[in-house]
Amino acid sequence: MTTPLPSQPAAATGALRHVPDEIDFSCRLPLLVLFLSSAIWLFIGSFCYLLASIKFHSPSFLASPAWLTYGRLQPAANNAVLYGGVIQAALGVALWLLARLGGVRAQRVTLTFGASLWNLGVTIGFLGILAGDSTGFSTLEFPRYSVLFLMLGYLVMGVCGAILFHKRQRQRTFVAQWFILAALFWFPWIYSTAELLLVVFPVRGVGQAVLAWWYAENLLTVWLGLVGLATVFHFVARLLDRELHSYYLALATFWLLILFGGWGGIPVTAPVPAWMPAVSTVATMLMAIPLLAVALNVHGTFAGRFAALKENVSLQFVLFGAATLLAAGVMKIAGVLCDAQQELVLTWFTSARTQLYLFGFSAMAMFGAIYYILPRLVGAGCASTKLARVHFWLAALGVIFLIVPLAGAGIVECFGLQNVKLSFMDVLKSTLPFLRVSTVGYLLLLVGNALFLLNLSRLVVEFYRERAAAALAIATADLFKQAEAKA
Amino acid sequence: MRYGPLVFLSAFFAMGASWFGFVLMPHVQVGFLQQTNTLLAGATYPVGRPGFAREGLDVYRAYGCASCHTEQIGQTATVCDVVLEKVGTNQAVLLNALRNVRPDLSETQAKSLLDQLPQTVLQGLPKEQADENAKALSVAGSKATPWIVPVGPDIARGWGKRRTVAYDFLYDYPVMLGAERIGPDLSNVGVRQSDPNWHLRHLYAPQLDVQGSTMPPFRFLFEKRKIERGVSPDALSLPPELAPPAGYEIVPKTEAKALVAYLTSLRADAPLFVAPLSVAAPPETNAPAGDMSSTNSPATNATAK
Repeated sequence: MTTPLPSQPAAATGALRHVPDEIDFSCRLPLLVLFLSSAIWLFIGSFCYLLASIKFHSPSFLASPAWLTYGRLQPAANNAVLYGGVIQAALGVALWLLARLGGVRAQRVTLTFGASLWNLGVTIGFLGILAGDSTGFSTLEFPRYSVLFLMLGYLVMGVCGAILFHKRQRQRTFVAQWFILAALFWFPWIYSTAELLLVVFPVRGVGQAVLAWWYAENLLTVWLGLVGLATVFHFVARLLDRELHSYYLALATFWLLILFGGWGGIPVTAPVPAWMPAVSTVATMLMAIPLLAVALNVHGTFAGRFAALKENVSLQFVLFGAATLLAAGVMKIAGVLCDAQQELVLTWFTSARTQLYLFGFSAMAMFGAIYYILPRLVGAGCASTKLARVHFWLAALGVIFLIVPLAGAGIVECFGLQNVKLSFMDVLKSTLPFLRVSTVGYLLLLVGNALFLLNLSRLVVEFYRERAAAALAIATADLFKQAEAKA
Repeated sequence: MRYGPLVFLSAFFAMGASWFGFVLMPHVQVGFLQQTNTLLAGATYPVGRPGFAREGLDVYRAYGCASCHTEQIGQTATVCDVVLEKVGTNQAVLLNALRNVRPDLSETQAKSLLDQLPQTVLQGLPKEQADENAKALSVAGSKATPWIVPVGPDIARGWGKRRTVAYDFLYDYPVMLGAERIGPDLSNVGVRQSDPNWHLRHLYAPQLDVQGSTMPPFRFLFEKRKIERGVSPDALSLPPELAPPAGYEIVPKTEAKALVAYLTSLRADAPLFVAPLSVAAPPETNAPAGDMSSTNSPATNATAK
């Protein structure tokens, strides 16, 4: 499917100059599918989150149909945002980067096929969770019958990505390519391991729980971390029109992230042999080093160019993503370091961190990238910068109004649980005001995601309407001529 | 990319390290775990849950109960109490010994303490000190034993007797340890509340028995049925504002009963080698004859605190 571009020794002759348009054209259909569906899933997911959050205002709210109960709505929302929204957008951005950095045309039809399979899988899985077929393993809830579609869809896109890298036309490899390639290979490995050993041939006892934690950590920290960092590194440099501050810091980030990233996430209370939480804690601590390297690198690349930041909404998104990555890292390290670790880990604090990572880091970095890529795909100037700016503020405020209260609820719950004299009901009641404020965060995120969807669909509709009009004009040109001739 | 294959392999090993550590190793260590024996009683542990409770685990999974409930109890330490069990032949000597160990007790207090044995004399000591004190108190035929007690906020809250361990979940699928305590921990809910009817009522109307509960009602697990030949023994007893109209009754569906069977089967309180605690010895009548007092874990007739 991939055809190397006509200009073979590209980099040397500078023949790549006219090529980006062609590459963008080849990416258009699959990326539009990926980005639009990702926007739709983000909208659906945040809507479900909002409904789940309202249940803390009144437990009997929408309690009665079984498929709307909190225990189904919440995992469904989680999976919709993760697999449908964030991972899907990340796949689109990753494929675009591979095509663009390699100077290779993307496999239009195959990629679109893969993206459709992925969406089919997410849809079936989402409905499956609501129907009560969840596997019961956190972040791996999609039922067995949806897995094949997801896996196949991913494999189609992943193989295309690997081919794009293989056929690259430039001598030099970019940092982003490393990160993305590693991620592309890593997902099938962790996903098949988790599905085979948890769902198809389940391991015994708490080995299941350890495996599920391992999978979740590898998906969030390693996979999303790799693609997210590729996006951050590439776009911060790109949008400021400079080189990345330090290639070697980026390399250090890469190696340390893949070495330490997959070990975290086993809570200290877990009923497993003690070395596992201990190793997990050490790895979490060591993750400070790659995060520090990211901070230095982004800071060095940005170099205080606030004027550019004011103008460019993509840059705002991406930098916000980088900042929240660090914040989530600090939260994680603080969480395993504090004395109350044992109580803290099972509170809202943990889910605050995950949400910060998902909605703050991954989603924001992807929004920034998409706002940069999309106008290039449809050949229009970013027609709706105003809408994008509003989206940025809604998303940023949404993240803050979500994370701060949730983390607050976690800390209050932690102190409450330590104080044995307080009954559990009292502890629970003390967290409720925080949870109720976090509903505002979900609401803002929902509106933000709605704007994103609106923005995207407007661009796409405009583009295809223009194309249709042009095609119609060409098709009917003869008719007019004929009519004129007759007259 | 002259070093392409080398880089690829290194990256593969770097990423595969966590696979080796957290997929392969746990499987070797936990995946081949066999049943063990409880301390003292020597019963086989764990025995699989009864079939109906296993069905209930599936209901627990399907409704995502683990979104709000954990099944993991932490403990911060294990300490020893000293329990005085028998007075022996010479009360005066024992009284002296007791006041040596507990200088804060007045003579009358110490005497009244000896009247109602067994009594916890000392609390929260390290094992060596507890052994020493128990020895000092075992004079003239009196009997004092160190009593192993796991401690921590979860245990003080009454959520469990000891931390949960891998054995507790040996035969469960899926193992849902939960990640967030939006509701109370359920590792021992079968010990805390063993009445199935309480659970059924709680599922139907959570705020009825637990004021201010944030648990959503699970009414869809119940059905409203016309009373035909007589009131069903399963029918919920509800206060007038929730009661069905006359001639009708609310009965749990099989799903609800299975879920409750699972909940009441949750009891992670057996004393194990990996998580020791002292429990009251089984009653004399069917206890094995051996003298357990010589083992590390004391056999006592004291009731658990």
